[in-house]
Amino acid sequence: MSPAALDLRRLDLDPATVRQARSLARAAGKPIVRLARTHSTVSVERAVLRLAGLSGADADGIPWVNRLVDEVRSQTGLEHGVALPVWDALRRSGDGDLTALAQRAATGGVELRVPEGKEADRARTASTRAVGRGIATIDRRRTERERMVAKVGDAPRQPWIYLIVATGDIYEDIPQAQAAAREGADVIAVIRSTGQSLLDYVPEGATREGYAGTYATQENFRLMREALDDVSRELGRYVRLTNYASGLCMPEIATLAGLERLDMMLNDSMYGILFRDINPVRTFVDQRFSRQVHARAGIIINTGEDNYLTTADAVDEAHTVTVSQLLNEYFAKEAGLEDWQLGLGHAFEINPDLPDSFRLELAHAMLARELFPKAPLKWMPPTKHMTGDVFRGYLLDGFFNLVGALTGQGILLVGMMTEAVVTPFLSDRDLALQNVRYVLDAAGALHEDFRPPPGGFIQRRAHQVLEEAVDLLGRITAEPGKAPLLEAIGDGTFGLMKRPADKGKGADGVVVQDKDYWNPATEILEGRA
Amino acid sequence: MTGRGKCSAQGPVVRPYGDTTGDGMVQVSFTLPVPHDKRAEGAALQLAAKMGLDPAMLVHAKAMGPDFTFFVVYGSVTHLVDLTAVQVIEREYPLLSAKDVNAAIKKTLRRKLVVIGACIGTDAHTVGIDAILNIKGFAGEKGLEYYREVKVVNLGAQVLVPELVAHARAEKADAVLVSQVVTQRDAHLTNTKEMSAAFRESYPAGATPLLVVGGPRFDEHATAELGVDRIFGRGTTPGEVASYLVHALTTRPRAA
Repeated sequence: MSPAALDLRRLDLDPATVRQARSLARAAGKPIVRLARTHSTVSVERAVLRLAGLSGADADGIPWVNRLVDEVRSQTGLEHGVALPVWDALRRSGDGDLTALAQRAATGGVELRVPEGKEADRARTASTRAVGRGIATIDRRRTERERMVAKVGDAPRQPWIYLIVATGDIYEDIPQAQAAAREGADVIAVIRSTGQSLLDYVPEGATREGYAGTYATQENFRLMREALDDVSRELGRYVRLTNYASGLCMPEIATLAGLERLDMMLNDSMYGILFRDINPVRTFVDQRFSRQVHARAGIIINTGEDNYLTTADAVDEAHTVTVSQLLNEYFAKEAGLEDWQLGLGHAFEINPDLPDSFRLELAHAMLARELFPKAPLKWMPPTKHMTGDVFRGYLLDGFFNLVGALTGQGILLVGMMTEAVVTPFLSDRDLALQNVRYVLDAAGALHEDFRPPPGGFIQRRAHQVLEEAVDLLGRITAEPGKAPLLEAIGDGTFGLMKRPADKGKGADGVVVQDKDYWNPATEILEGRA
Repeated sequence: MTGRGKCSAQGPVVRPYGDTTGDGMVQVSFTLPVPHDKRAEGAALQLAAKMGLDPAMLVHAKAMGPDFTFFVVYGSVTHLVDLTAVQVIEREYPLLSAKDVNAAIKKTLRRKLVVIGACIGTDAHTVGIDAILNIKGFAGEKGLEYYREVKVVNLGAQVLVPELVAHARAEKADAVLVSQVVTQRDAHLTNTKEMSAAFRESYPAGATPLLVVGGPRFDEHATAELGVDRIFGRGTTPGEVASYLVHALTTRPRAA
């Protein structure tokens, strides 16, 4: 159902409080954006090279983009960006072959410098032209998607049914993904190999060895998208493909996703910081660039608010979800994403033994729906209270689906009764899809009849969570320093995790931009070139 | 420690209970890689018979795509369970209240008991370790952070083994708690062995901290094989862990 079909004022939220929440999120986010505009990272610079067509890896599997960025860094520093020294060296080398340059540079055979004056102008022009070709490919992919959706048809209804495959082997994933699509999945997510978010490079090629998931590589993206195109034509509906940008290589993975026509990406503004201990500045700089690429590629982002509830109490900490959604919304829009691209996350994680747990879930989900009426919210199934009692888990998933139907969710991640037990069996997936279909068929339009009474439990709870969110945002923005949000993250405001701005993985990959910093991708994405 | 299970009221031999004593009724579900037809249903009954279900009733069969069929089978299982032959790990220590745990530590250690916790390897599931360590706790019991005489250092997820050993040394840890949820390719076993070997290597013999692992899919008997002092399974509460730590550290004071 389109959110527009919903009566969006079922909770009677105070418009002034909603405005206050948004303006506090903006106040918290603005200094972070300033930070992102004045810094760069190794991954942003590598993404620039990827957009210019540099791919492949050396004999040890280290991507050429890493080798070249490292070489630039050691010779000239990264403060000027990678484009000026690289395109200056390309011009001087005469052959204009980026891969050949990277290979020569890796053996120390290229003298890199920061060009000045006319030579700098030439490097800027040439790099803009090269990166522009990559962005043009992303634009073509976006058009291709739009044409294909128009031609073969779109998912039959919302919420889109989102299923995960994860074998570690792309060639096993493909038949599983096609089977899942035939069984009714509208979106296929290929879970990444567990440690990938902490790798400071993107592996190359088709991979068959993953750990609890399959590596995100350009070739794996291409293979899976091609397989889903086949099944989309067979089924007469466009089956979307999702992967994960979050981690140390957000800008590059976002770029590869755009080049290979992925349709959705997990991209959260703070997940890497809080849950992966990635340096906060690195994360925010990478996040902004990656979201600019997603915006251009027409990719829908999925944010990771479900994680807050799996590590903290889903009732006490419900407002942290709202705060994170508001921050994710601010950062996303600042980066150029539109409402339809905001798959803001939330999850069904309240302890089912708690009285009124279902009513609380409903209140929280309705709050998200009403705060973000045009966003395709991403609704995540129970995991924390899936105990191994698969029968009870199946019932819980049914209630989860019911909340999804009642609140007009855009994307529904299908819950598995084997959550926390085993990798789902074929039959578990089938049963899970039956559960979803039953609930959507039986109660998909129930939202038309359902309006919580004014001043009743659900309305009161939603108001309370919103007020708590406003309080928390108020505390964040009241922190001292130039970037209060960084202070808040540093002193453990989100969950119990303290993440100081100068600590965390990947901190050494951050540089402050020099005044002559040049990034042709940002120039194009921000409409200046 | 292994012990003999107690016999139930009806004697040492029992059968599954459906709705009548001794009826032996069980329910199983499974999938066979065959298209759904008469032959598939026969195949399901054959499997049920080999599993010891006699008589078996095929109550549900459903095609899942062209190549697979899902079955639900009810039946009376012919196997008997001999309770005298059941081996379990009985709790060899008394369950103490938080107050008693604190008192015992004060009396015997005369300092705080230091516990380091982590999820090691690429495992990012901190649910288990957090349930035991965070003040929030689990199953209505507060976590170890709540214990006045326990100092908790929770390193969080994806901690590298050398990092864990270094922290344990720096903090002079009495006990190291490691949680492992991810079990693909037996990662939980590999990681645990790597962890215990690293501790044995970097500490003098007999001076390693108490090594404790927990996770839903461990075999609680496998302590020797994994090189750890204790394995906790699903449903373990912080109070059990605290009581165990006090028991192990106060009754067997360790070198160093």
